[in-house]
Amino acid sequence: MKNRSLVSINDYSKDEYLKILDLAEEFEKKPVRELLAGKIVATLFFEPSTRTRISFESAVNRLGGRIVGFSDSNSSSVTKGETLYDTIKIVSNYCDLIVMRHPLEGSARFASEISQVPIINAGDGANQHPTQTLLDLYSIRKTQGRLDNINIFMVGDLKYGRTVHSLLMAMSKFNKITFNFISPEELKMPEEYKIVLDNLGLKYYEHKDFTDIVSEADIIYMTRVQKERFSDPIEYEKTKNAYILKDHMLVNTKPGMKVLHPLPRVNEIDPCVDENPKAYYFTQALNGVYVRQAIISSILGLI
Amino acid sequence: MKDKILVVSAIKDGTVIDHISAKSLFKVISILGLDKIDKTITFGTNLESKKLGRKAIIKLSDIFFKDKDINKIALVAPDAKLNIIKNYEVVEKKVVEVPDEITGIVKCMNPKCITNSEKIVTKFDVLSKKDVKLKCRYCEKITDQEHMEILR
Repeated sequence: MKNRSLVSINDYSKDEYLKILDLAEEFEKKPVRELLAGKIVATLFFEPSTRTRISFESAVNRLGGRIVGFSDSNSSSVTKGETLYDTIKIVSNYCDLIVMRHPLEGSARFASEISQVPIINAGDGANQHPTQTLLDLYSIRKTQGRLDNINIFMVGDLKYGRTVHSLLMAMSKFNKITFNFISPEELKMPEEYKIVLDNLGLKYYEHKDFTDIVSEADIIYMTRVQKERFSDPIEYEKTKNAYILKDHMLVNTKPGMKVLHPLPRVNEIDPCVDENPKAYYFTQALNGVYVRQAIISSILGLI
Repeated sequence: MKDKILVVSAIKDGTVIDHISAKSLFKVISILGLDKIDKTITFGTNLESKKLGRKAIIKLSDIFFKDKDINKIALVAPDAKLNIIKNYEVVEKKVVEVPDEITGIVKCMNPKCITNSEKIVTKFDVLSKKDVKLKCRYCEKITDQEHMEILR
């Protein structure tokens, strides 16, 4: 992985995922290490993202590195009309690694082709957000003790949600994975992903409603159903409350089942669920720091 | 024989590209950059064809293509056939095949793709050659035959 950019979850093999997860475990045991002393990481956030940026910056700080960059494009030369090409060419002179988020899809791949230093994609539009997927895998393995033989329920916006698409692609590399998709008709999992599962012979089931079927789940992966995704506002009003997870819905679920969510949450998980030991989303966000420490140190060849 | 008229004159040495559908002629010209060549080129279009309805033909004197260059036209002229001419004789016949990768030529149909915003040469992996499906190396979205737009 040394000196290789991380642009798409599809760039890494299953063995590379596992290597990152093993390393992240080490960082969880001992998060503060001076591995990045004397190194500079640029965080270029062309669109704001509080959680992802702070998680990355926290990871760099725990490793003893320095950070330069900007947290939204209004405070960069983008407002003067500078191209991404020029920004990356210049910034890659000033640092050892670039972490970038950009609203346009494919921007991170383009940056990785022109940059002299490795790029970590922290989200390129609706396309990829690979460090999120790796922290999801880490959270699943940590809570279930395995990544094979998992029954995962994905709930909400399965059409546009990049996190569920990337997680599906990553999980499909493991054995005996069962997928259950719960979503409104308008936001169903796209055909192209179902074809991937068909070709691999992996089982998947589609549901319109939250029912007792969730008692079979090892993981419930919640996502936000966004109003702007609906062409018909009446349809949104009708469906928005059908995909809200409430505490009583977890009564018959397995004891070790965990609820994950990439966050931010709006109303799709009732706050009363937060106290339930099956709620794992805040710890999931914490795991993101260890996973990012592992990714940064591997790419810079420090471990 | 007496009813047959050669609508486009014969060439001594070069390449004849036949069986181009008439509507694709100018796309083929553009893809091959024929508008920038100083050799003798003759075109015929809206010629009758049993297979294509209306076809076009291009005759290029003293021009020979490498396979990787000529295969680019397969995206717009999948039925095209090449005759390589030496001293008025057809010495070789070739068909075109969609290559495994497409560089340039096609515009990514995703309006949010970085290639539609900065000066970047597009790159696609060909997922399907018959009903053409191209996967953008940048945004990873699929551009299909129906939405394919030729650049230049």
